[in-house]
Amino acid sequence: MADARSSAPLLEVRNLSVTFPQSTGDVQAVRDISYTISEGEFLGIVGESGSGKSVSSLAIMGLLPDNAEVTGEILFQGKSLLKLDDRELSRIRGNELAIIFQDPLSALTPVYTIGDQIGEALRLHDRSLSRAGAEARAVELLQIVGIPDAARRVKAFPHEFSGGMRQRAMIAMAISNNPRLIIADEPTTALDVTIQAQILEVLEEAKRITGAAVSLITHDLGVVAGHADRVAVMYAGKLVELGDVDQIFHEPNMPYTIGLLRSVPNIRTAGTERLVPLEGRPPSLANLPVGCPFAARCPIAIPKCTQVEPELAQHGRDPAHTSACHRAGEIASGALTPPQIFPRPEPLALAVRGKGETVLSVENLVKHFPLMRGGVFRRRVGTVRAVDGVSFSVSAGRTLAIVGESGCGKTTTILELMELTKPQGGRIVIEGRDIGALSKDERRALRSDIQIVFQDPSAAVDPRLPIGEVIGEPLLAQKVSRADREKRVAELLDLVGLDASMAQRYPHEFSGGQRQRVGIARGLATDPRVLVLDEPVSALDVSIQAGIINLLQDLRDQLGLSLVFVAHDLAVVRQIADDVAVMYLGRIVEQGPIVSVFDDPKHPYTQALMSAAPIPDPTAERARSRVLLDGDLPSPAEQIDGCRFRTRCPLYKLLDESAQARCIGEDPKLQPHGDVAVACHHVERNTLVVG
Amino acid sequence: MIVYLLRRILNYAILTGVAASLAYVLASIGLKPVAALEAKRPPVPASVIQMKLDQLGANPDDPLIERTWVWFTNLFHGDLGMTVNNHHVTDQLAVRAGVSLQLLLIGSIVGAIVGVILGIWGAVAQYKASDQVVTFVSYLIFATPTFVLAILSMIVATRFNQAIGTQLIVFSGQVSADAPPDFWGNLADRLSHLFLPTLVLILIGAASYSRYQRNAMLDVLGADYIRTARSKGLTRGRALIRHGVRVALIPMSTFFAYSFGTLIAGATLLELVFSWHGMGEQAIQSIQAQDINSVAGATLFVAVLILCSSTLSEVLYAALDPRVRR
Amino acid sequence: MSLSDIDKLTEGASGFGVDVPEDPRPVGRRKSISRSGLVWQRLKATPRFWAGAGVLAALFLFATVGPLLSPYSITDQDVMAFNAAPTAAHWFGTDTLGHDILVQTMVGLQKSLVIGFVAGPLATALAAIIGSFAGYVGGATDKVISWFIDLMLVLPTFFILILLYPFFKGNWVVMMFFLAFTGWMIMAQVVRSQTRSLRERDFVKAARYMGFNAWSVVTRHVIPNVASLLIIDATLGVGAMILSETALSFFGFGVQPPDVSLGTLLENGQAAATTRSWLFLAPAGVLVILLLAINFVGDALRDAVDPTSGVNRG
Repeated sequence: MADARSSAPLLEVRNLSVTFPQSTGDVQAVRDISYTISEGEFLGIVGESGSGKSVSSLAIMGLLPDNAEVTGEILFQGKSLLKLDDRELSRIRGNELAIIFQDPLSALTPVYTIGDQIGEALRLHDRSLSRAGAEARAVELLQIVGIPDAARRVKAFPHEFSGGMRQRAMIAMAISNNPRLIIADEPTTALDVTIQAQILEVLEEAKRITGAAVSLITHDLGVVAGHADRVAVMYAGKLVELGDVDQIFHEPNMPYTIGLLRSVPNIRTAGTERLVPLEGRPPSLANLPVGCPFAARCPIAIPKCTQVEPELAQHGRDPAHTSACHRAGEIASGALTPPQIFPRPEPLALAVRGKGETVLSVENLVKHFPLMRGGVFRRRVGTVRAVDGVSFSVSAGRTLAIVGESGCGKTTTILELMELTKPQGGRIVIEGRDIGALSKDERRALRSDIQIVFQDPSAAVDPRLPIGEVIGEPLLAQKVSRADREKRVAELLDLVGLDASMAQRYPHEFSGGQRQRVGIARGLATDPRVLVLDEPVSALDVSIQAGIINLLQDLRDQLGLSLVFVAHDLAVVRQIADDVAVMYLGRIVEQGPIVSVFDDPKHPYTQALMSAAPIPDPTAERARSRVLLDGDLPSPAEQIDGCRFRTRCPLYKLLDESAQARCIGEDPKLQPHGDVAVACHHVERNTLVVG
Repeated sequence: MIVYLLRRILNYAILTGVAASLAYVLASIGLKPVAALEAKRPPVPASVIQMKLDQLGANPDDPLIERTWVWFTNLFHGDLGMTVNNHHVTDQLAVRAGVSLQLLLIGSIVGAIVGVILGIWGAVAQYKASDQVVTFVSYLIFATPTFVLAILSMIVATRFNQAIGTQLIVFSGQVSADAPPDFWGNLADRLSHLFLPTLVLILIGAASYSRYQRNAMLDVLGADYIRTARSKGLTRGRALIRHGVRVALIPMSTFFAYSFGTLIAGATLLELVFSWHGMGEQAIQSIQAQDINSVAGATLFVAVLILCSSTLSEVLYAALDPRVRR
Repeated sequence: MSLSDIDKLTEGASGFGVDVPEDPRPVGRRKSISRSGLVWQRLKATPRFWAGAGVLAALFLFATVGPLLSPYSITDQDVMAFNAAPTAAHWFGTDTLGHDILVQTMVGLQKSLVIGFVAGPLATALAAIIGSFAGYVGGATDKVISWFIDLMLVLPTFFILILLYPFFKGNWVVMMFFLAFTGWMIMAQVVRSQTRSLRERDFVKAARYMGFNAWSVVTRHVIPNVASLLIIDATLGVGAMILSETALSFFGFGVQPPDVSLGTLLENGQAAATTRSWLFLAPAGVLVILLLAINFVGDALRDAVDPTSGVNRG
C-alpha cells in the first residue's frame, strides 16, 4: 500500500468543479474536489443524493452532458483527460478506464444481445479480433463473472436477464479490456441484499483478475466498510472527509460523517438504543449558503462556519486523513467526542410489550396471479404463486416485520390485506371479524381500523391536493364533517412533527422525509388499530431514515398501535420490530421473536439474508464469514417440488443423498424450534456459520 | 402461438364484419335508393322498381334488421350484393382497390422512409438551421388540409407546365384516354398522372413521420445505454448511430398503424381532387347514387386495410423489439 | 438539458427524494412554485406559444369584430366589381357575383371557429369520461368499451360523417355533435392507458383502501391527474375538428348555403383555383394560419406540461 502511494498515482483529480448553467441559478454539482487513486487501490466514495459523487465520476469518463462546465484537471496515467476530444477519449474509455452503471436494465441497449454488446467492447479496442473470436471471449468473460450456461446466455437479450445477471454482464463488459481503473457507480443499489453480496464478490474477483483500481460510488456505508481501502465522503458537491476506511469509520473528524455513522442502524446492535437523527436536508446546489454547506444541520456549528467554507486539511496525526471542518482539530484531539456532537436520544426502555389481544390474524392466505407473457402476442403462460399459504398474527401494541427479497410476496401479502375482501384462499380476521363475511357498510367502517403507509412518499400522495386534504382523506371516506376533519388534521400534523400551518401547502413543497410524515399522518387519521407500512424508509436518504423510524416507534408506544412492517433492510427491521416473519417465494420460512431469529437464524435462507446484510463497521465486516447463495430468486411461476428453497440452498449441497431426497420429496412445514418456527427439514444438521 | 394468432384473426374478422354491417345500417337509414329509382327519366314502372329493390336487397318493405342480416350472412359467402348499375360490388371493389393501393402504397412507404431520415437528421442536428427549416415545413404541411395541399400543388404544377411549355405533369385521372398503347409510353403517361397525388401523400407522410421520429430520437439521445456505449469506447456520433437509431425506430412501428388510418382518409380526398377512379371516389359517388351495397363494400375495404396495417405494425414491432417477441 | 435531467444526474443513492433540493426551513414565506406555476413559467418562455396565441387572438378579432367594420355584408354584391382581383376596395377580391371575399372569409372563419371550439373540447370530454371509466373499472366493462373503441377506429371516420350527412342536412349545430362523436377514440385510448397506470399508483390505491367508490376516485384523483393531457388534446382537437369541418364542407357534405364556413368558401373557390386564385387562396391562407397557430399553442402546452415528451422540443 505504502509503495503504491509513493509512486505516481493512477488517477489524480485536481480542483475539479462541475457546473450546470440554469436560468434559475447555476447548479454547482461538484465544487473544487481533489483526490487520487493509486494502482490497484479500492476507493469508496460515499454521499447522499445530490452530493456530486456520480457527477464527479462521469466527469472523469468525459460522459457529462454537453452543457456541463467542467474545470480543473484530471490526470489519468499522466494524461490530462479534460484536454482530450471525444475521439481521443474514446480510445481510453472501455480500454484503460471502465465504468459500471447503477441500473443495468436501462444501461444496456435493449435490442442487441449481451454477447454482441460485450463483443463490441472487445472489438472496439482490438481491431484484429474476429466476430467469432469476440463471441468466444464474451462467453469466457460471462463465465468469469459467474453466469451459468454462458455459451447459451451470450445470445440472450438484456431483458431476458435478471437484475443481478445484468449487473454481472456489465462487469464483464467493464473488465473485457483489462482496465486499470473501474468506476462502479452505485452498482448494487437496485439489487436485493443476497444479490448485492454476490455482485460485490464478483467485483472483488474482477479486481483480482485485472489488478485494476476500483472507485466504488455508493450511499451505503455498509458496502464501503466491507470492501474499500480508503473512503471519500462527499456532501453538497464537496469532498468533506478523506481517509483510510478504519479512520473514517472509527475516528471520523467531520460532523457530517459522524452524524451519518450514528444515524445508521447496525444489524448487530439495532433495537437496543435509539437512532440518532440527522436533522434537516442538504442545501440546494443552485443556491448554496455562504460558509460550510453542512452548517445548518451541524449541532456544533460556530459563527465562523456560516462565514468561511472550511478546506480539506489534515487535523489528526495521519497526513492521509483529511477533513473539511473548522472544528475538526477539536474532534481529532478528543476534545469533542461523537456522542457530544450527536447525543443519542433517550435510550429506548426495552419495553416488554405484553402479549395483548390479537388484533389481526391471517390464516393460510393465498394469492395467485395468471402469468402473462409477451407484449404483442399476449397470452397466459402460467400461474404466479405470489402468496401461497401465509399465516401470522399481530397483537395489540406489537410490531411484526415481514422481510424477504423482492418477489417473495411480502408486498402482495399486505396489499391483499388492505383490499379487505375475501381472499382467494385462507382467512383474514381483524378485530375478531372475518373480513370475508362483511357487508359493504361494515367493510367501510372497518377500513378506519387498518391503514397503510406506502414506500415512496412522492407517489403515495396526490400531487394535486394540499396536504391538509391528503391527510383528511380517510376521514372524508368515513364521512366526517369538514370542521372535524380540519381539527383532526391539525392534531395529526403536530403528532408527526410538522407545523399545523402547513395544511394548505402542496406535496411538492415538502422534502421526501416530510412527505413520508404526511403519509404517516394520513395513516393515523382514523385512529386505526393496525398500521401497515410498506418499506416506509427505503426510499429515503440514510440521514432522513433515523428520524422516521424514531417517529414510528414513538407513535406506536404512544398510541398503542400494532404495526405490520414490510422491509428488506434487516437493520431497520431489527430496530423497530418485536416479531419477524421471513418470506421466500410466497411462504414464510422462519417466524418468531426478532431477537431469537436475528441472533440465531435457523433456516438457511434466513442465515444467508443475515450474512448478506452489510455492517457499517470495517472491523466487523472483515471478521465475518458469509453464507452466499447461488443464483437468483427463481420465478414465482416456477413449480418447485418439495422445499422451494432447495435450488439455492447452501445447506442442501452439504447433505447426503437421503437427506436431500427429503428436501425434494416433502414440502417442509413450519415447525417449532425453541420460540421460533422454521420450515426446514434439517434444522438440527445445519452447520452453516453466520458471521 | 397458433391458437393466439387464430383468435386474433377471428376477432379482426368479427370486428370488420360488424363495422361493415354498421355502415350498411347507417347507409340503409340515410340513403334512399327508391327515390333515386323513382326519379329516373323516363319513369320506370313501379313493378320494375320493386324488382330492382329486391335485387339490391334494399326494399324498404322488408325490415331493416332482416336486410342487414341477409347482407351480413352473404358477406361470409363473399357476396357483397349488386351496385345500382348492376355490377357485382366485389368486381367493382377489385378494380377500384387496385387504383387506390397504387397511390397508398407508394405514398406511405416513401413518405415513411423520407420522414424517418429527416427525423433522425433533425434530432442529431438539433437547433441547427436545417433542423428548424424541416421542423417548420413539417408544421406547415401539418396545418394544411389535404385537399388544400392538393389544389395548391395543382396551381404550382400548372405554372410549371406553362413555364416549360408542355403538359409534363398531369393531374386528372390516373391515365389519359389517348395514352400510347406501347408499354413504355403507357408507363410514362401513368407516371405523369401519378406524380402529383403521390408527391402530396409523401409530403403528408414525411411531415408526420419526421416529427415523430425526431422526437423518438431525442428521447434516445439521453438514454443510459448511449452513455454505456460511449463508456465502452464509441464516439458520440457512432454510439448514436449504432445504438440510438436502432432503438428510436421501435416506436415508429406503432405510429405506422396510426398514421395509415390518416393516410387513407387523406388519399380518399386526393382521389376526389385528382379525379382518380379509386375507392374513395367510389364511396362518395355511391353515396350520391344512393347505392347502399357499394357504400358498405367500400367501408369493408377500408376496415380490412386498417386492420391489415395494424397487424403489420404489430409484426414490425415484434421484429424491431426483442422485448415483445416471446 | 432540462432541470429534471440534472436531478437525474445529481441524484445518487436511492434515487428518490431528490426533488431539487429545497430550502431546509419548513415554513416561512419562501416562494415556492406549484406544478401549474411551473408549467406556466415554461410556457411563458416558449416563443412558439406566444406566436400561436397572438395569431389566434388576432384571428378571433378578425372573425368577430371584422365583419362589423367591413363596409360590405356577405350578401352585398358589388356590381362594379365582378371577379375582381384584390384591390384597395376589396382586399381579398370578389367572386363572380361581386361578393366581397374578405367579409366572406371573416364570417366563414367565425363558423369554423365555433365548430372547432365546441366540437374539440366536447370530444375530449367524451374521451375523458369513457377512457377513465374503462381504465379504472377494468374487467368486462373495460373489455366491452375497448372493443367498441376498436370498432369505431376501424370505421373510416370521413365516410361515416358523409353517411351521417342525411341526418343533419346542413344543420351545422347537429353536425358539430357528430364531429365530436366520431373524434374521441384515440384520446380515450390514451386516457384509458394513463388511468390504468394511475390505478397502480400508491395514492390511488390509498384512496381505494380508504373506502372511496370508483366514481369518487375517478373524479378526485384520476381526472385531475390527466387534466394536462386533456387540455392539450382539447386544444389540438380544435384544429382537428376544423380540419374535418372544412373537408366535409368542401365536398358538399357539411355546412350548407346560406351558411358560410371556410370549407364552403374553399369549395366555391376551387374551380377557379388555377385562374382566379384569390378565391381559393384567401380562405386557404386563413385556414392554414389558424391551424398553424392552434398547433403551435397545443405543442407548446405539451412541451410545458411534459418537457420530456414534447413533439417539438427544441
